[in-house]
Amino acid sequence: MNTDRRAFFKNIAAAAAVTVIPTAAIAREKKTAPADAVGMLYDTTLCIGCKACVVACKEANGMPADTSGYGQGLYDAPSSLNQYTKNVIQLYKDGGETSFAKKQCMHCIDPACVGACMLGALQKGKFGVVSYDVSKCVGCRYCETVCPFNVPKFEWAKKAPKIVKCELCKDRLAEGKEPACTEVCPRKAVIFGRYTDLLDEAHRRLKASPGKYVPKVYGEHELGGTQVLYLSHIDFEKIGFRFQQSESVPHLQQSVTHGVYKGFAGPMALYALLGAVVFRNRGKSEKES
Amino acid sequence: MSVHPTVHPTINQQLKRSGSSRRDFITFCGKLMVAAPFGLAITNFVTPEAVAGVVGKARRPSVIWLHMQDCTGCTETLLRTSEPDLAALIFDVISLDYHETVMAASGSDAEAALKDAMAENDGKYVLVVEGSIPTKDNGAYLKIAGRNGIDMLKDVASHAAAVISIGSCASWGGIPSSNVNPTGATGVDSIIKNKPVINLPGCPPNPYVLLATVLEYATTGKVPKLDALGRPKFAYDRLIHDHCPRRAHFDAGRFAAQFGDSGHRQGWCLYKLGCKGPVTHAPCSTRHFNEVVDCWPIGIGAPCVGCTEKDIAFTVPIFKTADVTRAVPPDFYPPIYAEHKGISPAATGIAGLVGGVLAGAGFIASRKMNEGSSDEPKE
Amino acid sequence: MQTHARALGGPLFTRAYLVLLGLGAIGIALTIWRFAVGLGASTGLSDGYPLGIWIALDVVTGTALACGGYAVALVVYIFNKGHYHPLVRPAILTSALGYTIAGTSVAIDLGRPWNMWKIPLYFWNWNLNSSLLEVALCIMAYVFVLWIELSPAFLEKFSADGPPRLKAIADRLLPILDKALIWIIALGMLLPTMHQSSLGSLMMLAGPKLHPLWLTGWLPLFFLVTCLAMGYAVVVFETVFSSMAFGRKPEFAMLRNLQKIAAWGGLFFVIIRLADLAVSGNLHYATRLDLYGTMFWIENVLWLLPLAMLAGPRPDLGNLFRGAMVVALAGAVYRFDTYLVAFNPGPGWHYFPSIPEMFISFGLIAIELAIYVAVVKRFPIVASARPTALVGKASATISAHTNSIGILGEKP
Repeated sequence: MNTDRRAFFKNIAAAAAVTVIPTAAIAREKKTAPADAVGMLYDTTLCIGCKACVVACKEANGMPADTSGYGQGLYDAPSSLNQYTKNVIQLYKDGGETSFAKKQCMHCIDPACVGACMLGALQKGKFGVVSYDVSKCVGCRYCETVCPFNVPKFEWAKKAPKIVKCELCKDRLAEGKEPACTEVCPRKAVIFGRYTDLLDEAHRRLKASPGKYVPKVYGEHELGGTQVLYLSHIDFEKIGFRFQQSESVPHLQQSVTHGVYKGFAGPMALYALLGAVVFRNRGKSEKES
Repeated sequence: MSVHPTVHPTINQQLKRSGSSRRDFITFCGKLMVAAPFGLAITNFVTPEAVAGVVGKARRPSVIWLHMQDCTGCTETLLRTSEPDLAALIFDVISLDYHETVMAASGSDAEAALKDAMAENDGKYVLVVEGSIPTKDNGAYLKIAGRNGIDMLKDVASHAAAVISIGSCASWGGIPSSNVNPTGATGVDSIIKNKPVINLPGCPPNPYVLLATVLEYATTGKVPKLDALGRPKFAYDRLIHDHCPRRAHFDAGRFAAQFGDSGHRQGWCLYKLGCKGPVTHAPCSTRHFNEVVDCWPIGIGAPCVGCTEKDIAFTVPIFKTADVTRAVPPDFYPPIYAEHKGISPAATGIAGLVGGVLAGAGFIASRKMNEGSSDEPKE
Repeated sequence: MQTHARALGGPLFTRAYLVLLGLGAIGIALTIWRFAVGLGASTGLSDGYPLGIWIALDVVTGTALACGGYAVALVVYIFNKGHYHPLVRPAILTSALGYTIAGTSVAIDLGRPWNMWKIPLYFWNWNLNSSLLEVALCIMAYVFVLWIELSPAFLEKFSADGPPRLKAIADRLLPILDKALIWIIALGMLLPTMHQSSLGSLMMLAGPKLHPLWLTGWLPLFFLVTCLAMGYAVVVFETVFSSMAFGRKPEFAMLRNLQKIAAWGGLFFVIIRLADLAVSGNLHYATRLDLYGTMFWIENVLWLLPLAMLAGPRPDLGNLFRGAMVVALAGAVYRFDTYLVAFNPGPGWHYFPSIPEMFISFGLIAIELAIYVAVVKRFPIVASARPTALVGKASATISAHTNSIGILGEKP
């Protein structure tokens, strides 16, 4: 019997033709910031590393101190964002070149985590804030896997673990206040405002002091754009921003999936095809018998 | 101390009578404002002159001072002022009607002085108690003028307007109450339940805390806000750690490891030498003693022993490090990419072993299969 | 002679079986402990690597190895190669068990498994963009479908010699099942097509954290092709094993054909992935001798090896079996690479499963094997005689209420 090769190719071609060729990708529109988008602008040239923002964030969010590891039991010294820490100040130091770097959720315009979450526990909501609703969370950690900034953190130590991440103090925003970190910063190194205003301010600073900064506002285009924007005096990669591409993370996967599934039409068509073939074959074998 | 007239003069009047200068008084009020920066009514005023204006009009409160099982250190702290005028000022502000250490009378004259002071100011005097009160065997371990200390306390307290327990001994038992506690030493508020009791622990406490408390009472008629242990919040709501001049060294991880080492000489943090600053509520960081800057334990390079705290002082070994209950960020930073937990060699080994066993078993089994094959290889 | 599916019989509690049960018991005990102490203390997982072997091995690789049912169903019901029919039922059993264990693994891996029921029920919360949702719903449905497809094996036995109550139920259900069979079988091929490809698109969302040698818009197709190849290989595997258990000789030609499909599938996969890399301009990464370049070539060699093994001298049963093992290994390595090795969360993060984490996986696999052995020994799963070229209604020995496609097998 030499039909194995033929059978094989027929198998694969049939499957591929109907279900998985991503060429007919529906052109997925590039997302833009919502009209009411707010954000933050962080300027490394102004930050003095006082960590008032770290303390304020902990207090405003009721987070415990993290005295393990670097903390040596004495200090609240998380080594990065983690289950106890939604906002952290890191230090880049290489010889004489130094910079502080504030890290928290970037509130992306086209977030990977929102695209990932099965039941929509992570949503981009009012003011474009990416918020978390634990009632819809099963703790699968897919959001953590896909975030290009490694922002969502998981409560590994708890028996009923949640995802922990900055939500731009959305409760304070609802009361008309600004986030705790921007309110407390003594040098206005991180400021809060409307996204469009912050973008303008960032460009104004770049134009006013061209030699001072790397001539780019990180987050304007990167990874589809983020509502938290950064100005830096050294390369963004040095302060931990690994990716510079402008395509958002969900773009590739969603273009392919939308193109293939075409709503539910793709699977339905395949089902009908499979059912028809099985039916026809059964009829054939009945006839032959 | 002679018997005073029933109506006490105002402080202004007393100042005039004693010849203390107004200028010194205003300076004194300024120091009070610094000693009690937060939570005292008198510090709602903005200038020492304003404070002086209010304080000056207050009637000099009558103070009866009892010694129980004490070392007299708390009295010494009141007297240990480097500027003699200030000591005088202190005695212009309050009317110290009975004090066994400083009063001139003795013997039956002293007993009479107490009786008279109690009678004249019945219900109005402030009772200050120094020293712990022994309670075992009916309090037989302390006898003053033929009475057990505990009975004397109950008697004098019953006619007082308010009671101030000065020092750790009067506040919670102090040194006499440490392990074994042969006399059943205890603080005032375990015995006196029907009067407002203000605890000013410390061994000794800072005299300005006493004065601010008394003045608050004299000017407003009210006891200052107290915490759960009866201590005035304006002085005891803070940890030594939070206002320590050496805090920057703690935050930066610069610790003296041994007495006399280079860190110790440079004035580094004494945490590792057992400093109880992180767990001790007291005003010492901001108000040093004897009106000399750095005249306090940490200032001279001796770790705080937590003398205000019942659970710490004379209980936890002096050189045992304290728990930091409210951790805050240090003076150093995590890097952009921190190292996280690594890979266990044991786990890798086991995984390799299992993989190897499975592959090997599969291979061996595959060799045995040819014996079972029914067909020729080609069809 | 017709195909006969028969219970293998024989003693259940052999020494090897007790070892499986022992491993299973350890796995259960460790699972209870995992829930008592939380994921941080029991696994090697971390914020850098939130997904570990419970996903990469138990779910992604495990379900691919459980695609034997899907693979054989395509051959038998779509390409109408009836004489492979005796392989269907054991493959469906493997699939049913494999997917059930994968589902169990997910429940153990989840941080908030008590919310799991919301996934199928809270349809108004569904994020239709989420590949993981697709995988979850599809696998839940597929497990259901598989056990229904397998149920005739149990119902037959109850109908033949079960207690009267069960016999009555079986007699009532069998004809209903038979009528619905076409649509159940078609579903049993639609669902794995969807979720196996979604397991590929799942990692597309890792975006720039996934190395360019693995990140591509063709991931769904790659996962589908490789899973089918693995499915055929696994059928070769289990057919050889169960035939040896029966003491009969398996039909070599049939198995060789299946192994050929798997082997050619491997070649096809290597070709299309190299082509894709060339077109996207990422082929140069393959020239580096770093971890990624090395693993890439290890994968490709493993995928090409089975074809070479078939072409070589002495293509005998042992050779086929070894070839099948290589296909399974190639598939496993590809999946582990896509989910763990090619996934780079940045410097400072490391992952290796902890020992309890591994033994929970081993325990689950042991339980799966134990149930498999118990079922084939007590229920009519494995075909016991040589098949004919036709399967169908023709045989007079088929009782009146079993008909047409013959998945139901006959009474002995």
